[in-house]
Amino acid sequence: MKWLISFFMGVMLSVSPSFAQEESPDSLIKKVTEEVLSIVRQDKDIQSGNTRKAIELVEAKVLPHFNFTRMTALAMGKDWNKASPEQKKRLSEEFKTLLVRTYSNALTGYKDQTVRYKPTKMPGGDADVVVKTEILQPGGKPIQLDYSVEKQPEGWKVYDVIVAGVSLVTNYRDTFNQEVRANGVDGLIQMLSTKNKQLEAGKK
Amino acid sequence: MRKGLFVNSPIAKRFSLAAAICIAFAGLSGCATTANNPKDPFEGFNRAMFSVNEGIDVVVKPVAQGYEDVMPGPVKTGVGNFFGNIGDIWIAVNNFLQGKPSDGASDLGRVFFNSTIGVLGLFDVASGIGLEKHAEDFGQTLGVWGVGDGPYLFWPVIGPRNVRDTAGFAVDAYADPVAHLEDVSARNTLMGVRFIDLRASLLPADKVVEEAAFDKYNYIRDAYFQNRRSAIHDGNPPPLED
Repeated sequence: MKWLISFFMGVMLSVSPSFAQEESPDSLIKKVTEEVLSIVRQDKDIQSGNTRKAIELVEAKVLPHFNFTRMTALAMGKDWNKASPEQKKRLSEEFKTLLVRTYSNALTGYKDQTVRYKPTKMPGGDADVVVKTEILQPGGKPIQLDYSVEKQPEGWKVYDVIVAGVSLVTNYRDTFNQEVRANGVDGLIQMLSTKNKQLEAGKK
Repeated sequence: MRKGLFVNSPIAKRFSLAAAICIAFAGLSGCATTANNPKDPFEGFNRAMFSVNEGIDVVVKPVAQGYEDVMPGPVKTGVGNFFGNIGDIWIAVNNFLQGKPSDGASDLGRVFFNSTIGVLGLFDVASGIGLEKHAEDFGQTLGVWGVGDGPYLFWPVIGPRNVRDTAGFAVDAYADPVAHLEDVSARNTLMGVRFIDLRASLLPADKVVEEAAFDKYNYIRDAYFQNRRSAIHDGNPPPLED
């Protein structure tokens, strides 16, 4: 009799969504990538360089899976601890705007590429993994595109994007450190917000 | 042991020659250096060369853009494949030199299939049967052998290279089969088309860099450091300390 109860409990657990096995980071990346690409493939505006439309797409589909606070901290390195909570919030907001734009611009360069997903190693239920993918393009060598992902209470969140070995996040480290050294944390906030305003003004 | 051997090799001589040239150039820039990155001690000189390169690109970029706009997709793919096939021979050599014989053998397999079934390299049939294209050059080989980066340099036309990769590039250029073609006009045409094809392939990255960078010079330099570090470790570099 006991086994029957356990059995039913098991069935209930496996079908009830709140208890469902949570999504693995590589399947999350795959799902989001394919969803975004299927939209870009049908959107001639994005393909012909409409950044605003690409940004809207990224904001709706990609942004919820990114942890911009962690990204900003990673970009700033040791300087992150010099910022007050209020400054951290502003830094993350501004950096988010800039990264979303960069990411969106990359999408407007889309031309018949496909993405291959490499098997992800997850040693011992690690909470911090790298999901490796490759962009395959006709006539060119594959471009490595990796995502550093960490487990958060609300699910897996991307905190670094690495294209051909180049982290779009830590590539700013030296520039940001220099600015903080010269003009402090407020100087960096100013620099980011000026840049975003300029880009916004020139937006198509 | 390996290092001792290496010092007397022709490669090392070429390497020190390149280093000597670089230092001489750096001397020209005098005290104008505004270095704030220890890996980039000749920043003043490099920034000057960067501007020269941006000037050259004012002419090159529209040509590349024209090529991109006019050529049908399959033609561009064929051109890329054709030069890629020639490049695979040297990539194979570098894989052997780096102690990766299975990758080297795979590269030779690529050359065999692509040169025959792939009609002189115009079609990359090898990728379709699982022989993937690699990206190796002599600068990476030197890196695998333990040669340090050396100072960062920015060259007109060939772009960012540290001293090691500058030496590597000299060897790559010497080993380039296209450069040894006897027919000078054919050689120049091929080298020209290859250069424009390469520039055209970088066009999508232009907009991203233009908008993402606070200082284009810095952004390209830092990306170069990361990219080379990753390439030497075949995409799996050891983590950096914070």
